Amino acid sequence: MTNRIQQTFEALQAKGEKALIPYIMAGDPSLAMTESLVLTMAEAGADLIELGVPFSDPIADGPVIQQAAERALRSGTTLRKILATVRSIRTKTAVPLIFMSYYNTIMAMGLEAFCTKAVEAGIDGLIVPDLPPEESDALYAAAQQAGGPVVIFLLAPTSTPQRRKEVITRTHGFIYYVSLTGITGAQLTDLTQVKKNVQAIQKAAKKPVAVGFGIATPEQANKVGQFADGVIIGSALVKTIASDSQSPSFLTQINTTITNLKTALSS
Amino acid sequence: MATLPDSHGRFGQFGGMYVPETLMPAILELEHAYLAAKRDKQFQQEFHTCLKQFVGRPTPLYFAERLTKTLGGAKIYLKREDLCHTGAHKINNTVGQAILTRRMKKKRVIAETGAGQHGVAVATVAAMFGLDAEIYMGTEDMERQALNVFRMRLLGSKVTGVDAGSRTLKDAISEAMRDWTTNVGTTHYLLGSVLGAHPYPMMIRDFQSVIGKEARKQILAQEGRLPHCLVACVGGGSNSMGLFYPFLRDTKVAMRGVEAGGYGIASGKHAARFSGGKPGVLHGTMTYLLQDEDGQVNPTHSVSAGLDYPAVGPEHSFYHDQQRIQYTSVNDDEALKAFDLLSQVEGIIPALESAHAVAEVVKLAPTMKKNQIIIMNLSGRGDKDVQQIARMRGIPL
Repeated sequence: MTNRIQQTFEALQAKGEKALIPYIMAGDPSLAMTESLVLTMAEAGADLIELGVPFSDPIADGPVIQQAAERALRSGTTLRKILATVRSIRTKTAVPLIFMSYYNTIMAMGLEAFCTKAVEAGIDGLIVPDLPPEESDALYAAAQQAGGPVVIFLLAPTSTPQRRKEVITRTHGFIYYVSLTGITGAQLTDLTQVKKNVQAIQKAAKKPVAVGFGIATPEQANKVGQFADGVIIGSALVKTIASDSQSPSFLTQINTTITNLKTALSS
Repeated sequence: MATLPDSHGRFGQFGGMYVPETLMPAILELEHAYLAAKRDKQFQQEFHTCLKQFVGRPTPLYFAERLTKTLGGAKIYLKREDLCHTGAHKINNTVGQAILTRRMKKKRVIAETGAGQHGVAVATVAAMFGLDAEIYMGTEDMERQALNVFRMRLLGSKVTGVDAGSRTLKDAISEAMRDWTTNVGTTHYLLGSVLGAHPYPMMIRDFQSVIGKEARKQILAQEGRLPHCLVACVGGGSNSMGLFYPFLRDTKVAMRGVEAGGYGIASGKHAARFSGGKPGVLHGTMTYLLQDEDGQVNPTHSVSAGLDYPAVGPEHSFYHDQQRIQYTSVNDDEALKAFDLLSQVEGIIPALESAHAVAEVVKLAPTMKKNQIIIMNLSGRGDKDVQQIARMRGIPL
């Protein structure tokens, strides 16, 4: 199954570029702002965009993304409303869109209903941080039935060789490598080990590997981009949204941030 | 009845392992270590010696004669888990997991606590086994269970307040899972109830089933027959599963799990998962969960911190759907009345959690015949709640 995610990675590879994948929380501070942010980031050079679906109990996330989820829920964000926003975004941009959602919010909608609606709205990929391959059969079947979205699994520094194999077989689009043993927004210290693991996965998988967790600055993006196929920037961006989204020049500022990250990643 | 959970950690559709990839290897390691320990005679011997010498088991099965007379129905027996060292059944599980932690060569344990009873039990075994312990507790719970916070600190544990979300047990578990994700190489998460990802619900049930095994033997010795009904409160569900599990094959023994009705089911402010919850995934397991139509977890309320949690152990969900165990709820007022009743009629101050079970017995016993038998699990003592009760009644201490 080829979709926008695969096409994007192939096009980047042909140009010798790496994917910049920003993450924002849908509905933080409002869904109208989410739409503006996605369009701004796509224009500024984001290659794929991850949209967080807010959940009341995000166990894999550090305080920055937890608080973003709380703000999004307070502003009345629901999965249904996010899908409506995605539909609107999809009329304006072809940038691949990936949901990052905890399993319960998807389950509450119903796996088949969710996959069907997500594909209709224009969602390309799905990351479920609390759904390891062992528990993914039902979602996988629902996504097959609906013709998408592709399910992207994570690998971590703690993953055993056997689990690596399992994830490599199951994942589509790209493999999400968690750079550190911890939660989102933690401090990334040891890049040597990250490089070693990413290269091992690339060799075995023959699929793109994007690295996330703990990457905050253009310098870090540049370093990780030397070996990874893509870089995910989450908490650092979400922090900026939390502090500056009221500012009149906010979208210009985000445009600059994304441009700088993309430039650093390509150099 | 097949042995549950199955090899995927499932009780029918419930249970499983819904955790981030970073934790999966640790979960599988724990499953492996526990299954090996379970078969190991030396482990079992150490566990039972510790339960006997340190915890003070077996606990008595006490015939509550005055309560029986007062209610005027079935004979009421109390399984006296309140007499365990540290004052509640929680220690049975912490002893088992502490021995396992040592076998896995980990030096640090973390835990969540609601009422503080599990936290105290963890702090106790950490001291006894020489482990570092950090205990996460919602700041609202720290307020209502200040005495237990002090006890944990006296025992040498670090208590860390959690100020996120509803600032109760649910948020303490989330924070403990985040700590575990960060420190998984050195740390064992010493979960306190039959919750979370497989193998926790199975392992904790096994450790707690000593309650039911003893009770079954004791009632046969004291009455020469099995009871007609078992009653226990259900927060996560470890004391109830501990009592019920060894009786599951005794098809004539009825079982009642009592959930926290809070301000009443109609108010929406309660923790009765089987009256208003539906299957969902929280903290690693698929189970009945109080949630809104968008899958966001609902805030709960109970006068008892130990029952104030939006999900329930997955094995309970299974037996609920099988109709093997019946689930009811009692509200705050009924539990508080039962708290007074047991104190004044039997000279036993129950934990507010256990007072929910007492309140159910108050309703149930008079509807039964005088030759019928109820065993109620008195899961903990109420010393920890005395301050809170005084405050609620405006009595300065």
